[in-house]
Amino acid sequence: MTGSVERMPQLEALRTLHAARRADDVIITSMGAARDWMVLGAGPLDLPLVPSSMGTAPSIGLGIALAQPQRRVIVVNGDGAMLMNLGSLVSITAAGPANLILILADNGVYEITGAQPTAGSAPARADGTSVAFMGMARAAGFRTVHRFSNAADWARSVGSILSATGPTFVLLDVGAVPGSKGPRSPGPAGPRAIELRRHITQDPG
Amino acid sequence: MFSGDEMAALFTSMGITHVVSIPDSTIGAWHPAIEASPDLRLVRVCREGEAWAVAAGLYLGGATPLVLIQCTGLFESGDSLRNVLHDWKLPIFAVIGYRSYLNQDTLPGDTCLVFTEPVLDAWRIDYRLITTPAQREEIRTHYVACRDAGTPGAALIAEGKA
Ligand SMILES: Cc1ncc(C[n+]2csc(CCOP(=O)(O)OP(=O)(O)O)c2C)c(N)n1
Repeated sequence: MTGSVERMPQLEALRTLHAARRADDVIITSMGAARDWMVLGAGPLDLPLVPSSMGTAPSIGLGIALAQPQRRVIVVNGDGAMLMNLGSLVSITAAGPANLILILADNGVYEITGAQPTAGSAPARADGTSVAFMGMARAAGFRTVHRFSNAADWARSVGSILSATGPTFVLLDVGAVPGSKGPRSPGPAGPRAIELRRHITQDPG
Repeated sequence: MFSGDEMAALFTSMGITHVVSIPDSTIGAWHPAIEASPDLRLVRVCREGEAWAVAAGLYLGGATPLVLIQCTGLFESGDSLRNVLHDWKLPIFAVIGYRSYLNQDTLPGDTCLVFTEPVLDAWRIDYRLITTPAQREEIRTHYVACRDAGTPGAALIAEGKA
């Protein structure tokens, strides 16, 4: 990927996911995606991972997916966070949960700390070429990988992608919003964890 | 000190459903028995920071996970266990191999002996040091106490080899 790649607005991409998700899906979001998801409205089964340990969202998603094989678990991760925990791609495919969808919202930067380029993005690299997340996902063992740079294409495909057997990797090229803030915790994490567990472990009926 | 069958039976009797692990030479010898246990699922991760997060997800999903790592992996785990145990307050229990505690034949002067217990204290993990086979039941007793209190905890298992 180079600086010339087409990018869709992240908020729009997430609005599409928000409309396509089922009420009984678990959605985990991190960093800027968590901020945007809370704007769109997080449901009782959603985990905006704030506060977080950077990079752990796919691993938490793997755990929930293994514990709840009847539920779809959708993780929206940032590219900076992904680079911090690339091994999680391998752990996910090792366990192979059919109900896990990992969406990587790649804006090329650490947006919420001031949009510094990541070590994987073209402007920060000696050869000026960004790293290939699609190739990484494939090489890590994801058999189903998708990439969207255009909001309309993503909106057309999201339903079938979420319904397919996973684990699935989806790369979304999204634009960074310079000057945007980080996500704010919606409340003390301990009680939120208890509530989330209660909702996730209820029979989806 | 313990065989794989002993540990698999212990974890099963504790009600553990998933063992999230990276091996060392002691823990790795337990993996086949854990994998062969009908009531346990071994989940392999790539670094220990991941193990706490996978265990967190398992717990949030209603399972009963255990983190099984070496003390070196405890050092690797810092930010992840901080978030899981102290931000989200999830009562995840760990069994941690204490490298070089029984002898330093392989790694004379192993700094694991310097840092393991202070790091556990710094992360406020209530642990029991297990140095003899006779203490096996203490692992379960401590686990049950932590579970009933809804708090994290660990059993620190003395090891000889690296
Ligand atoms: C271990 C660790 N190092 C650094 C930080 C500081 N930090 C907070 S958010 C962030 C950037 C996250 O980037 P990305 O995952 O791409 O999400 P985006 O901000 O682009 O939505 C960084 C580096 C942190 N929280 N944790």
